Amino acid sequence: MIEAKNVSKWFDGQQVLYDITATFDSGKTNLIIGQSGSGKTVFMKCLIGLLTPEEGEIIYDGRNFRSMNNQERKTLRTEIGMLFQGSALFDNETVLGNVMFPLKMFSPLSHEEQLERAHFCIKRVGLTNADEKYPSEISGGMQKRVAIARAIALNPKYLFCDEPNSGLDPRTSILIDELLSDITHEYDITTIINTHDMNSVLGIGEKIVFINKGHCDWVGNDKTIFRSTSQSLNDFVFASKLFREVKKFLEKEYESGKAR
Amino acid sequence: MLVSSIKSFGKYCLFMTQVFRTPDKWRVFFQRLVLEISKLGVDSIPLVIIISLFIGAVITIQMTINIVSPLIPSYSTGLATREILLLEFSSSMMSLILAGKVGSNIASEIGTMRVTEQIDALDIMGINSANFIVLPKVVGFVLFVPVLCVLSMFMGLVGGWFIAEFTTMISVENYVFGIQSFFNEWYVWYGIIKTVVFAYIIASVAAYYGYYVKGGALEVGQASTRAVVSSSILILLADVILTKMLLQ
Repeated sequence: MIEAKNVSKWFDGQQVLYDITATFDSGKTNLIIGQSGSGKTVFMKCLIGLLTPEEGEIIYDGRNFRSMNNQERKTLRTEIGMLFQGSALFDNETVLGNVMFPLKMFSPLSHEEQLERAHFCIKRVGLTNADEKYPSEISGGMQKRVAIARAIALNPKYLFCDEPNSGLDPRTSILIDELLSDITHEYDITTIINTHDMNSVLGIGEKIVFINKGHCDWVGNDKTIFRSTSQSLNDFVFASKLFREVKKFLEKEYESGKAR
Repeated sequence: MLVSSIKSFGKYCLFMTQVFRTPDKWRVFFQRLVLEISKLGVDSIPLVIIISLFIGAVITIQMTINIVSPLIPSYSTGLATREILLLEFSSSMMSLILAGKVGSNIASEIGTMRVTEQIDALDIMGINSANFIVLPKVVGFVLFVPVLCVLSMFMGLVGGWFIAEFTTMISVENYVFGIQSFFNEWYVWYGIIKTVVFAYIIASVAAYYGYYVKGGALEVGQASTRAVVSSSILILLADVILTKMLLQ
């Protein structure tokens, strides 16, 4: 479990996060949603430790990130997997090299065991015949899969995903979402996904934190999001025509008692 | 301007304290070191050979044309060619040329890693990204650059020999006698020492500009240009200081 307590962040005197408190549960896909520029990426970077919040605490299973020494932080980082928006694969490494990388750096396993683990992770994300290919030679969806395989190579306790669906077609997006959800449940990982894709919100949003203009406006899940009374959340969720139609349909269902 | 330069220098020094740390895994470091020696050093050999050959030839032609006094012995052409190559061309001029090739390569590679979040990925894994990426480049280039310097000296002299052999401007005997006359071994060491310092400047300054890129492809290009300009100016400055220190 990861807890953010009263997190505030400033850039050049301008406040971008306002006193955010949220809890992210283990074994669940936790989503941070919000409009572009709402501060969700800054919040996620604060959670990971890439940015230091001026105020507040980040607590990893009872371990306060702020009060950790360098060695403790280094140990914690080996428990974190990260999937970047652009995949962030190493250009000069093959698919296998990318997945092997964290194992080579941190694992006490022998080379053969590392290879076995890397092959397992590559297979787990559904990639075949891509071991010797370079990132530039594979599709965006495949790159995301490689990035997920790399992120889970060290059996992380925490998995962070920054807009995992950006640049992907709807079908591939769903496949990536399902893969992240499956991995989260399979290995009991605390997964935090930063997204503004409503398909992800409805598909895998076991816990949802809505950030609006740097404030945490709403916390719920994929079941309660349609019945929220938060105006800012409704403006975000029902921005598209499709979801406005869905809302109308659901309201009728609620009225008739078919939906609860 | 002065304040920003001092700030940049301070940031560069802090960056270097990150770079010069013990590598997380020596085995990985040595693998990367070999790769960087190949990429930055060995791949520069053709450029060094071509430029040195031609400049050696041009210096010989110019010396032959300009040294026409009957009071000056004809072998002076070879002697002057050798001294120019050893003292200045194969160290300073070659380093300025390499600043363009190697410096822009390092800055653009690291800058691209920054904007595509590869550096963030390393940081999140708990790896000292500055040390992991930059140290093998700096060490690899500094280790290999004496080879490039000596190769440049040799190929420059070969370029001069071609002029002696294939033109009537100077005889081969006079040229060869000239390049052997009054030889001061220290000049070779002087050139190598200068080149090593310049190599450090090229690699570290380029890495600094690449590492702190913010933005996208445009900024990577700008960082690459700034890296070449800054390292070239620093090379010239260091050249004056080293020459004063080593030759006086």
